[in-house]
Amino acid sequence: MEITELTVKEIVEKIKKKEIGVKETVLAYLKNIEDKDNNIKAFLSINNEEALIKAEELDKENEKNGQIFGIPVAIKDNINVYGTETTAGSKILKGYISPYDATVVKKIKEQNGITIGKTNCDEFAMGSSTENSAFFNTKNPVNTDYVPGGSSGGSAASVAANEAAAAFGSDTGGSIREPAGFCGIVGLKPTYGRVSRYGLIAFGSSLDVIGPLAKNVEDAAILTNVIAGFDHKDETTANLPVENYTDFLKRGIKGKKLGVIKEINDFKIQDEVSITLKEAINKLEIQGCEIEEVSIPHLKYALPTYYLVAPSEASSNLSRFDGVRYGLQGCGDNLRDFYEDTRTKGFGREVKRRILIGTFALSEGYFDEYYLKASKVRRLIAMDFEKAFEKVDALILPTTATTAFKFNEKKNPLEMYMSDIFTIPMNLAGIPAISIPFGKDNKGLPIGIQIVGKWFEEGEIFQISYALEQSKES
Amino acid sequence: MYKPTIGLEIHIQLMTETKIFCGCSTEFARVPNTNICPVCIGLPGALPVLNEKVVEYGVKLGIALKASINRFSSFYRKNYFYPDLPKGYQITQYAIPIAKGGYLEIGPAHQNRAGSQKKKIRIEKAHIEEDSGKSIHMGDITESEFSLIDFNRSGIPLLEIVTLPDIETPDEAYDFLILLRSIVRYIGVSMGDMEKGAMRCDVNISVSKDETMGTKVEIKNLNSFRSVKRALEYEIERQIGALKKGERIVQETRHFDEKEDTTKPMRTKEELNDYRYFPEPDLPPLVISDEFIENIKNTIPELPNTKEERYIKEFEISSDYARTIAYHPKLAEYFENIVKYVGIKMAKDVANFIMVDLSAYLNETKKEIDKIDFTKEKFKELLDLIDNKTISRNIAKEVINESLRTGKTPSEIVSKKGCTQITDEDGIKKLVIEVLNENETQVKQYLSGETKVIGFLVGQTMKKSKGKANPELVNRILYNELENLRK
Ligand SMILES: [Zn+2]
Repeated sequence: MEITELTVKEIVEKIKKKEIGVKETVLAYLKNIEDKDNNIKAFLSINNEEALIKAEELDKENEKNGQIFGIPVAIKDNINVYGTETTAGSKILKGYISPYDATVVKKIKEQNGITIGKTNCDEFAMGSSTENSAFFNTKNPVNTDYVPGGSSGGSAASVAANEAAAAFGSDTGGSIREPAGFCGIVGLKPTYGRVSRYGLIAFGSSLDVIGPLAKNVEDAAILTNVIAGFDHKDETTANLPVENYTDFLKRGIKGKKLGVIKEINDFKIQDEVSITLKEAINKLEIQGCEIEEVSIPHLKYALPTYYLVAPSEASSNLSRFDGVRYGLQGCGDNLRDFYEDTRTKGFGREVKRRILIGTFALSEGYFDEYYLKASKVRRLIAMDFEKAFEKVDALILPTTATTAFKFNEKKNPLEMYMSDIFTIPMNLAGIPAISIPFGKDNKGLPIGIQIVGKWFEEGEIFQISYALEQSKES
Repeated sequence: MYKPTIGLEIHIQLMTETKIFCGCSTEFARVPNTNICPVCIGLPGALPVLNEKVVEYGVKLGIALKASINRFSSFYRKNYFYPDLPKGYQITQYAIPIAKGGYLEIGPAHQNRAGSQKKKIRIEKAHIEEDSGKSIHMGDITESEFSLIDFNRSGIPLLEIVTLPDIETPDEAYDFLILLRSIVRYIGVSMGDMEKGAMRCDVNISVSKDETMGTKVEIKNLNSFRSVKRALEYEIERQIGALKKGERIVQETRHFDEKEDTTKPMRTKEELNDYRYFPEPDLPPLVISDEFIENIKNTIPELPNTKEERYIKEFEISSDYARTIAYHPKLAEYFENIVKYVGIKMAKDVANFIMVDLSAYLNETKKEIDKIDFTKEKFKELLDLIDNKTISRNIAKEVINESLRTGKTPSEIVSKKGCTQITDEDGIKKLVIEVLNENETQVKQYLSGETKVIGFLVGQTMKKSKGKANPELVNRILYNELENLRK
């Protein structure tokens, strides 16, 4: 078996047993990138020199410490990595070299992981197909006629194409889970506040979470171990102890109560996806899980709520891109013209659309009707989940209503927004959710199943999703 | 009768060691853009973390203003574009400020000022926010070829205080501001200097003839306490003049011209701003415990207006001196320390020496009162020398001066210099007779009933003695001699 086909856990074990070297590992991945990425285009930049230097250093170490010792990981380009170009998929940050490491990157480095490159994404993480990247499209490694999903499309594709052992992305409305589902890998959106956002270029600050994309549930658990925890640089992180998530994997699920959301039937779901969901439920039942129907009455309001809250925050978060201190700089005879020129040239269509929506929703006279009302509905959605979790331990539903679509297939933005109907509610509520690949449609495109847990109970969803993953083989 | 209504909006820079949302130093840096980091220059991905010291200082000032402290407050984003605002929004408290209500009582000093009674100026609210960077232009902004921005100031904590429109005269505005400055210094939360931007003030003023509210005009660019007073004086006069002519006052923002002492409409047209306030998602609500507040309450010292009143009542010192000493924390500490040592009866004398002789020395040498070596022991020595008539008050001035410069004690100086008072009556009598002979005109005036010329004759005698004669003795002997002439 090629090194690049191994899981994170396997590679770390082999390195620690000195069966393979770190440099050898990194070179194997760099080779894969060289061979495949002209076609897949998962990466915006490759950190090969630094990666090899680090690999050589690690090979010299006698004590092979660190949960991801020597593992080449890909980082979504909206996460700051010291000394590397960090663009968030936007022209406005083309050429911007970050002077600091995001907290997650610091943690990855502390565990001796190696950041091998920065992955493509929808501009400022706004999109569901990575087609909104200002630079190029990323292809779905499963079938290159299809999108990899988004906005963490590059991260998902890099793992699916074995160009990285694992990757990190960000999820504001499904941006980890949807591409993981489309590319047939595992992706976790942790609880809001479980992972530091320091160094993540903000999109919707109250929704954004960094999480792992990996080949399997166990790897995802290991990567979550690496990045989770309180950060004094992010006041929205929770000061709660972090459990060892790998401990949960093999506990079994006998007696676990799993909820099926009644309201998902109100949405149009691809037949194969519905069938796969039933199969997944069936497999879990066989292992002793109890299934119960639960209701999230406000589910249908999740999408409109999200498209007020997220753009509102984004319109403010993106104000700092004014051409004054860094990034693309326009010109103009006065301040207003200068800003206009900078931002007209720097931002893409979807980003502009969301800035406009957000600016409107926050404007005097509209604030109450839009932003405030959306915030209230958001609370109702969270309360719906809270109520459901009184009855069940976790929820199960498809990650997306359909499998991956083709490039340029979704021309209407609303149609594109609909891709996230099953992932957005969890961001609004702040609860953790994992997408794991389970079956394929008749075109061979992967289907993602989502397991959703209570606040800060990532362990629980690792436990259930691991069982589901194992059941595929049986 | 035209009645002005004045409201103040004051920004106070809190002197915490680090900035409000990052670890950067707040210390003044000569080189631009040296106290900066990803947070305070708004780099992508950076997040704010609230400095607890800012909360402490905010609460402290809130308590000093007798405001009620909100146990729960929150931060908002105020969105607008300006090059010195790195994030494109300012983090500020909006819906719920850290403190609301409260007041400051101005007066009672300056009886020479009409209507200078004690008066409560109510505070509407006080809230925490961050300062912006500083734009630097070559000359006037409209002519400058470039704009430079220094972000050293970006993220310095501010407390904004908004008063209710209780102020009615420029003097009251002035009194309010100097009292506030003194308070922030006493409780150690700010330097309070307007000239250095540690305290900034915008004013709102309207003038009306009857009970209806006049049109509100805002004045900016007030860089000193004097400017505030002058701007208000000018603006009241301007508005009354306009109203008398039947003109309408335009609601606008005006700019104070320091050189001309006038206000002018802002040249740049102010756009109607919609700041799109919304709750700052990066910061959780600010929760303050009762215990936190109680602990801070115990650290608040006696405040200057209370001190001022006490000095006047207990020490019977003049209201001018009382205010000057009481409003200056170090001076007040020095003063009280001396008075405690030499006794309350001497307080008036102590105040006089501090205000006249020590102040002159401090002004001349640009020293702070806590950096001089005129100890309470030396002060007592000096007062004793006057009390036992060894030296006159005139000599005492010289002694203070020399002691300040050389560090010698008053008695050392007196014994060395031989400037002991002439207390032998015969010696003085000799001088007095000389003076009477030399000033026949004044003697005649005296004898014809103009008895106040005796002051002149005392002066002449003192001069002859080179200030060494005991003035009381001179007075008595002169009187006796003059009355003898009458016989
Ligand atoms: Zn800073």
